[in-house]
Amino acid sequence: MLGRIDRGEVRIIGVDGMDSDEDERQLLPLSQRPEWSDVTPVPQNDGPNPVVPIAYSEEFTEIMGYFRAVYLADERSLRALHLTAEAINFNAGNYTVWQFRRLILEALNADLHEELGFVEQHASKNSKNYQLWHHRRWLVEKMGTEAAVGELEFTKKIFLNDAKNYHAWSHRQWVLQNLGGWEDELAYCNELLEDDIFNNSAWNQRYFVITSHPGLGGIEATLDSEVNYTIKSILIKPENESPWRYLRGLYKNNMQSFVTNPKISTLCLNVLTSKVNPVFALSLLLDLISNGFEPNKDLKNAIEAVIPESNSQNSDISVTICAILEIIDQMRVNYWRWRKNNLHSQVAEGVANLHIH
Amino acid sequence: MESSSSAADWKPTISQEEQWTLEGQVFHIYRMFCDIPPNSQSAMLELQRDSHMEYLVKGLRHLGPSFSVLDANRPWICYWILHSIALLGESVDVALEHNAIDFISRCQDQHGGYGGGPGQMPHLATTYAAVNSLITLGGHKSLASIDRGKIYSFLRRMKHTSGGFSMHDGGEVDVRACYTAISVASVLNILDEELVQGVGNYILSCQTYEGGIAGEPGSEAHGGYTFCGLATMILINEVNRLNLASLTDWLVFRQGIEGGFQGRTNKLVDGCYSFWQGGAAVLIQRLHAVTGSTSSELSDDEDSPDQGEGQQSDDELNSSSSPVNFIKRHTKTEPLLQSQALQQYILLCSQVEGGFRDKPGKSRDHYHTCYCLSGLAVAQYSWSKDADSAPLPGSLLGPYSNLLEPVNPLHNIVLEQYNEAREFFSSASTL
Ligand SMILES: [Zn+2]
Repeated sequence: MLGRIDRGEVRIIGVDGMDSDEDERQLLPLSQRPEWSDVTPVPQNDGPNPVVPIAYSEEFTEIMGYFRAVYLADERSLRALHLTAEAINFNAGNYTVWQFRRLILEALNADLHEELGFVEQHASKNSKNYQLWHHRRWLVEKMGTEAAVGELEFTKKIFLNDAKNYHAWSHRQWVLQNLGGWEDELAYCNELLEDDIFNNSAWNQRYFVITSHPGLGGIEATLDSEVNYTIKSILIKPENESPWRYLRGLYKNNMQSFVTNPKISTLCLNVLTSKVNPVFALSLLLDLISNGFEPNKDLKNAIEAVIPESNSQNSDISVTICAILEIIDQMRVNYWRWRKNNLHSQVAEGVANLHIH
Repeated sequence: MESSSSAADWKPTISQEEQWTLEGQVFHIYRMFCDIPPNSQSAMLELQRDSHMEYLVKGLRHLGPSFSVLDANRPWICYWILHSIALLGESVDVALEHNAIDFISRCQDQHGGYGGGPGQMPHLATTYAAVNSLITLGGHKSLASIDRGKIYSFLRRMKHTSGGFSMHDGGEVDVRACYTAISVASVLNILDEELVQGVGNYILSCQTYEGGIAGEPGSEAHGGYTFCGLATMILINEVNRLNLASLTDWLVFRQGIEGGFQGRTNKLVDGCYSFWQGGAAVLIQRLHAVTGSTSSELSDDEDSPDQGEGQQSDDELNSSSSPVNFIKRHTKTEPLLQSQALQQYILLCSQVEGGFRDKPGKSRDHYHTCYCLSGLAVAQYSWSKDADSAPLPGSLLGPYSNLLEPVNPLHNIVLEQYNEAREFFSSASTL
């Protein structure tokens, strides 16, 4: 999160992927390379007694010294470009270096495919680095639609090892929205969910596709098939929270259909009577009832049967649901109590919503 | 799905395997805890203040070469360490304090804002870290070292056409950028209409169908961004535009069987979300306390017209919703998080000899130390009637010496230092 770099992502310092010409040159310190003889490195102005001082390696100190020199001189040259590559090899999190690199690339009108190759080298080791993904987005935006297929393939490759990589998903969504390539996206979501039905990132992507795919007709056009798919998924693993939230999401702006669709209440009944974790079913029912749904006798019986001894002859089934949830979902006991205490205002609000529609 | 045979029903997926492995490790620790005698138990629950202080102060004085990858995050390292020390109720010696103020000043850009180190471009996140560090250090010299006027122009320069903010010149636009900009502007008393304009719409566009908030529109609901988005909306006085019912529902389900929080649905528990999610839970708890009318505050608001900037006509509501009063607000509502379970995860699973970690099997770092301690403080005070009153007896897990300083969760600054800064900057001249 904020400024975070995971321990596991601390990269081994080294130079890789450069062409052999550069490889050889890098054996020499910058101070001994003739093409840098006209530049005086600028030391970091850390002051006499800095806090959080880092014991930089000699190479790191030297490279950053030269970087500061060209950065301050605003030298947008080929050698400066190479220098930024070396600085990035040491620390891919230095946004100043990345930003300066972009200015140089623009000034030199550099080959963007080559630059994509450079970014690629760093991708696997820095798959959670904001700068790298931001740079990639900038690059791909310049390249335009020709880059779409490659970027979709690239993010797929990332997902093979890390199917929930947040940056990669953002990047993929950006590519789809700006460069296209939607055709197989729903099938890809299916594929990922087949691999791991608990992959919430894939569920989120599915929602993104349903709502943003220009050719699917939006949520209304896909509602039936999506509801069927989601219900089937819930029945496979009723303890999986993702499809339950997805189901609510499908009806986000259509509460009335949610409340009146018999498939939804049948789903809840099925789950409640099948001796699996009933928390998500009860929680969904609570929301439905808050929005005007009236459970039939079978459903009421199934609810009360979750904890037979809790059958308080309570006329208000919502209160019963909250009471059950307080018992079986201890981690959220205060939440369920709070929901119970606010039931009536919620029903009132829910009914008001129905009238608006 | 069609092709997933019934065989797939019992074969665990990657998510399940990872979850079950971790549960095994966590419950191994909890079982061990249950099996030892009571005096050993209280020792195990004890916050290892001395070793934490040693680890923290050492980081201020020296960091090894492997920290080169954090070379553009040095104000962050300052904040993680200084805030941790302040939470422990400790302070650094005068020399170290002087050195910290001096160093952070060197990260200040001549045109405003702070960079990741001396000579680096100003960046919103490191500006937030630098300002929070200086406020945490406190005192006239520290607070007066912040050039509010220049920070204001930096913030204006970072304003993006989407209504959000860019992290830096040519940088990414996301919810973190909104939060760090608005938090800094609010605490420095330089927040105005121009900065606020469009921020609420941007955050709203990031609330997902799950209820939580994502980093960008379309992305997945995430604990860090949810905290940032929620705190931002409170700071700009537009929190009621969010769907708070679905946000609350998503949030409470992020506390897992291990007691700690996960960042996203079906991901593993991680100590740092003790603050991101725990802090958001406490903010929601305080929202419930608004003039006692909990229900309308938290019901689905999707059909009501947007309550745009400052449209609330009720002056009283406006003033009670201002960030300062928000923090002072009495809460009668019980916490939405399970405080004891959260404290247990932090103390038994995240705490190591000097510092805190994400989860068993990971190593400590300053980031997780900061946010585990922040989450611990939030949990300890979650039953308190006022933000700064002592926790109710029984709400503190472990010995009384575990008690940390209370924080202002909107900025994640220790309350006492926040109040000092608030006073300092409210009497400072307008720009
Ligand atoms: Zn973490």
